[in-house]
Amino acid sequence: MTTALRLVDLTVSYDRHPAVHHVSAEIPAAEMTAIVGPNGAGKSTLLKALLGLAPHIEGRIECSARRIAYLPQQAEIDRSFPISVFDTVLLGRWSRFGGFGAATKADLHDAHHAIEAVGLAGFERRPIDTLSVGQFQRVLFARLLLQDADLVLLDEPFAAIDAKTVADLMRLIQRWRDEKRTVIAVLHDLDQVRRDFPNSLLLARELVDSGPTSRVLSSENLLRARAMAEAWDEHAGACEMPMRLSA
Amino acid sequence: MIYEYLLQPFADFGFMRRALVACLALSVSGSAIGVFLILRRMSLMGDALAHALLPGAALGFLLGGLSLPAMSLGGFVAGMATALVSGVVARFTAMREDASFAAAYLTALAAGVLIVSLKGSAVDLMNILFGAILGVDDTALMLVVGSATITLAGLAAIYRPLVVECFNPGFLAALGIRGALYHYLFLALAVLNMVAAFQALGTLMALGLVLLPAVAASFWAREVWSMTLIAAPMAFFSGAIGLLLSFHAGLPSGPVIVLIASLCFLVSLLGGSRASVRARLSHPVHLRG
Repeated sequence: MTTALRLVDLTVSYDRHPAVHHVSAEIPAAEMTAIVGPNGAGKSTLLKALLGLAPHIEGRIECSARRIAYLPQQAEIDRSFPISVFDTVLLGRWSRFGGFGAATKADLHDAHHAIEAVGLAGFERRPIDTLSVGQFQRVLFARLLLQDADLVLLDEPFAAIDAKTVADLMRLIQRWRDEKRTVIAVLHDLDQVRRDFPNSLLLARELVDSGPTSRVLSSENLLRARAMAEAWDEHAGACEMPMRLSA
Repeated sequence: MIYEYLLQPFADFGFMRRALVACLALSVSGSAIGVFLILRRMSLMGDALAHALLPGAALGFLLGGLSLPAMSLGGFVAGMATALVSGVVARFTAMREDASFAAAYLTALAAGVLIVSLKGSAVDLMNILFGAILGVDDTALMLVVGSATITLAGLAAIYRPLVVECFNPGFLAALGIRGALYHYLFLALAVLNMVAAFQALGTLMALGLVLLPAVAASFWAREVWSMTLIAAPMAFFSGAIGLLLSFHAGLPSGPVIVLIASLCFLVSLLGGSRASVRARLSHPVHLRG
């Protein structure tokens, strides 16, 4: 098993309050890993830190990925903006044409193909504000398909999505795994994690456990995560845990 | 008769011709800026930015008298400073950007009025606040047309990153691209337009030909390009009709132009083809699927 990602004593804080606290873990390459934990456990923050978007990071992230694709929570996108499904998907090729270059015939062809693959053929010219939440999530997955990344980060990909759409999108994720891409997804549905994700990382600001899902999602671990969530102190003093200098 | 009312004023008077050309240039570049201001939900911030030109223009006035290049340069520097300071304050403190814009613009307006009153008369102040489009001379015209050209070329250059920064800023960030850079480039183009509009419509109404047609266009079209294509002729129409009305009725031209643009907005609000009052009140048969 090769490692795609190694977190070394990672602490990410907002306004000095740690959202992710002294987390060390390894995430296997070419495998599907779920990040699980209660609300406010730092799951989205961890993804943002992997993307280099977190405000303040201590510790280390070692990442061997060449190209990272990221599916944000839908709330981060202005759905009222007048842009078509096709243009949104085509943006997945940004790394090819950048802000100023032209899309090639191959890019346009691949965009059509990706839209078909997510089951939205015929929707190309529709503005995104006419789509349902599930349809829009399919659009974002089509964009991920075009990004051709070796590390795919998904932030709550199935929030407010119906069972049929979840099944369709799951097939795409499994295809990525078969293509040797590393997939990391923030998820809340534990049954789904147990069924589809062989690896898990259970987070409650601090790491509860990481490794094979069957071990990580034990009832003791879940209980511990909940207890840690309830014990959060908003008026904590400075952290006295010494930062390890090297690992 | 029609010739007398619609064309003769432009045929006979150079100042009317120059004003018309200035309106044309402002309409073409301003409407594109206006559409993006609306889509970024920045219409009020844009307005605040226009008012923030005042202290710079006033300083230019204090040092160079009623010289347009001096006042324009001062206005541009003051506008950019306001945009940058507000943006930086919002990024580094808990203050939201709209609040910091409001604070900056109130400060700027008060400082500007004070500076003008140090040297100028009430007429000068009126000119700076409300513009004097009939006083546009060749230098001013070159300035207006020049900034319109720069604006269009600049917008075309940053169009794609700007669109993505508008609707999904996180996407650019994840690619390691600084979307804020395009945000500030856009603000610079917006300020440039306001400086151009300032001679014609004054700092208080500079956005009249920028925002009103763009808002009106949003009741007719739903893409960035089609909104701009509708807004630009509407802005020019307001400018031309406004000039004629003010010529024949002896009214101040700036407010008349802006009021005609408001009328276009009102008509669009009531009768536009999408999301308008008419569209809301009519109950067409719903479709089968």
